[in-house]
Amino acid sequence: MDDARETTSPEASERVVIERALAPFAGGAQIPRHALLPVLHAVQSSRGWISKDALAYVSERMGIAQAELYGVASFYHLFSLEPSARRVLHVCDDVSCRLRGSRAIVERLSMACAPEGESRDDAAWHRSPCLGQCERAPAALRVIAGDAPTQRSLTLRSPEHAEEVFSSRNTGDHDASASSFEARQPRGALRLLRRIGVANPASLDDYRAHGGYQGLRRAHARGAAWVLRELSEARLLGRGGAGFAAGVKWSAVASAPGREKYVVCNADESEPGTFKDRVLMEGDPFALIEAMTIAGFAVGAEKGFIYVRGEYPLAAERLERAIAEARAHRKLGDDVLSSGQRFEIEVRRGAGAYICGEETALLESLEGKRGEPRSKPPFPVHEGLFAKPTLVNNVETLCAALDVIVRGAAAFASVGTADSTGTRLFCVSGHVAHPGVYELAMGMSLRELLALAGAEFSHIQAVLLGGAAGTFLRGDEIDVPLTFEDTRRVRATLGSGSVVVIDDQTSMMDVLRGLAWFFRYESCGQCVPCRAGTIRVDELVQRVRAKVPLGTWESERERLADLGRVMRDASICGLGHTATSAIESAFERFELWPDRVAKKGRA
Amino acid sequence: MRSEKPKGRDGGLVQIERTIELEIDGRAVRVPEGSTILDACRKLGVDTPTLCYADNLTPVNACRVCVVELEGSRTLVASCSRKAEAKMVVRTESERVKSARKMVLELLGSSVDMSATANFENWCSRYSASPERLGTPPNAPAVIDNDLFVRDYAKCMLCYKCVEACGDDAQHTFAIAMTGRGGEAKIATEFDVSLPDSACVFCGNCVGVCPTAALQFKREHDLREAGEWDESKQSVTKTVCPYCGVGCVLELHVQDDEIVRVTSPSDSSVTDGHLCVKGRFGWGYVR
Repeated sequence: MDDARETTSPEASERVVIERALAPFAGGAQIPRHALLPVLHAVQSSRGWISKDALAYVSERMGIAQAELYGVASFYHLFSLEPSARRVLHVCDDVSCRLRGSRAIVERLSMACAPEGESRDDAAWHRSPCLGQCERAPAALRVIAGDAPTQRSLTLRSPEHAEEVFSSRNTGDHDASASSFEARQPRGALRLLRRIGVANPASLDDYRAHGGYQGLRRAHARGAAWVLRELSEARLLGRGGAGFAAGVKWSAVASAPGREKYVVCNADESEPGTFKDRVLMEGDPFALIEAMTIAGFAVGAEKGFIYVRGEYPLAAERLERAIAEARAHRKLGDDVLSSGQRFEIEVRRGAGAYICGEETALLESLEGKRGEPRSKPPFPVHEGLFAKPTLVNNVETLCAALDVIVRGAAAFASVGTADSTGTRLFCVSGHVAHPGVYELAMGMSLRELLALAGAEFSHIQAVLLGGAAGTFLRGDEIDVPLTFEDTRRVRATLGSGSVVVIDDQTSMMDVLRGLAWFFRYESCGQCVPCRAGTIRVDELVQRVRAKVPLGTWESERERLADLGRVMRDASICGLGHTATSAIESAFERFELWPDRVAKKGRA
Repeated sequence: MRSEKPKGRDGGLVQIERTIELEIDGRAVRVPEGSTILDACRKLGVDTPTLCYADNLTPVNACRVCVVELEGSRTLVASCSRKAEAKMVVRTESERVKSARKMVLELLGSSVDMSATANFENWCSRYSASPERLGTPPNAPAVIDNDLFVRDYAKCMLCYKCVEACGDDAQHTFAIAMTGRGGEAKIATEFDVSLPDSACVFCGNCVGVCPTAALQFKREHDLREAGEWDESKQSVTKTVCPYCGVGCVLELHVQDDEIVRVTSPSDSSVTDGHLCVKGRFGWGYVR
């Protein structure tokens, strides 16, 4: 900035917090822009909000204009730019938690504690999109600001319990269920989950005792070209949702020109009903570190970032600890395993924005900007983080790649189908007896998965497969094998591996309203089709729910089809492309239009 | 990035321009490497609507009204930012394109007051868009916090142009930014402080690039409010700014013997369409 505005004077304590957060970045002539989110996190967690003075001070220190900083901070919903209570309870009110009683909790909190967003005795609560804790729904995230800030995920067992948590001043520890993982499948069949609940996630020794670092040693012994070949031969497809061939992506980064390259782990798992990446990071953090180190070796990158969603404090904590331990034992650093490989990993935390799961939005966010998707091309493999060639894979994909290297391509592909090799993690939640993460060889049917999770088949109304951006299936469609190709055949998608079971007592229109609200709330607002389209779709869903059409029902159907088409065709990124897919699939597969329901004589 | 101007004037290298050939609506067209599909469309005289695009700003491809169909691409692509490649096959008037443009116009017209946007009505009739079938834009009074220009948010379509002009495409002041998210997104100063309290230097370059008149000269706003704004009565006189030695080209828009607006052509090699506070607003003495 070239204007001479008054030097700002934030509270001395704020200044200390900001300086402490800036310290690790302060080596060069100027503090790099990518330090911004860590700094904003530090301010937010010390006071519970980010004041104008604090922002002005950050602006001065980082040389970024205040308006620009405000634009970034206001993008993320875990940052508050207004005075806020120190104790904040984020109550999940998304699809899975709603099916397990979150509405009663929300009602109780607003009746007995405080209206949403208002402070009472230094405490406040907000509704939140999916917190990724669906196996212990209804869930919440409790954030307490202060000198020793804490963030804890927990289950709200009842409205009474929610009330108690709201007013309690105790920080509480991480919910015990957070760290426990109960395998409901024969352990022998598990690959990605095999160490979870068995090996101590805090112990490198334990990780090694359970097969850890065999993959990296093997990679070092056989060379980068071998790793890339093995990955291609394993025909591993990305597990994040798009199903892109991992071998092709890794090879593209490896062969991209330039010395500076990055490996970025997309751990911004935010697709409603999805929590497998969280389970992997919390239960087996060293596996992700090893996988990224192999990726760095294979593509020629010396630096990796794990972008963990802000709502996953335990995962971030465990990863940080594991990285420090790996570094101390020369599993990271200048000479990894005495092989000459240089590789470092940093954990970066998101701050509440579903869109940052989109890979280019994630890169923008990592760079300290608003999480607005870039237009592609150029693709990240050519111009990614800091405009350098970048490998972006999600947690499960990286862990599966590790499995390829440990087992070898042939053994990896010995389970699954020809087009969908290996195993896949599924997150089952909603109306089932045993919600949780399940690992299945690809090709097993949805029915088999639901049986494992204890679904009552006679009462299944619908299964939402692939998350909010996925597809609804009817109770009679659950024999579909869980593969990329078979789900495509029934016009569905595995998406993120989310499987939400909805029983026949649930109003589908209530579920759809939740999804429509979700996209309206999470659209980044950059492009017109998505920003305006998600609002119009939400309004339309509300009209159907209230049975009050705008014009005729026929015109409403036309409107929904038109909105879906323009969002799929003309939005910038995947959020807009898929924002109507679940909603449209519900209208296709269920009789939800009031005029058609009436004709059939049903209420 | 701005379109590269041929070098050589100041002794630099004159680069040999490489060209590529692509096909648009069945017609072959040859353009310099680095051109966009929009450049190629324009070369063929294919009329392509644009709103967030400007010759003197980096394309942000946010409005999506310029989308075209590109063979081999799953979705439509924004012609303003997608680089043309050899052998591309592009369609600009297919049903998909027409339907997408119609919907974008309807989505915009139903949520933003586009009444002062050049060509908007023509495009609506060209693509049979009826924005009212989706809703009507909300009304809100303009924000008037200074004597030079007003901010009429009811007309703001969030095209990012003003942010770019204020930022690294022209002024490097960074007084405004996109803030918030989704339907709550808004172009604002930090904490929404008034412009005089912000870093704004009142160069008016944001006003110069605004396609919807969400940013308006105060005088223009007053005349519009009074129902006296009449572009048919206006004449435009080209001159050179008298203030300093840079020699910025000015276009004085005059209505009833009064300068009501000052612009600079975006293809001017001196200004790229951008001015400073004096050239933009400092003509009160003329009368």
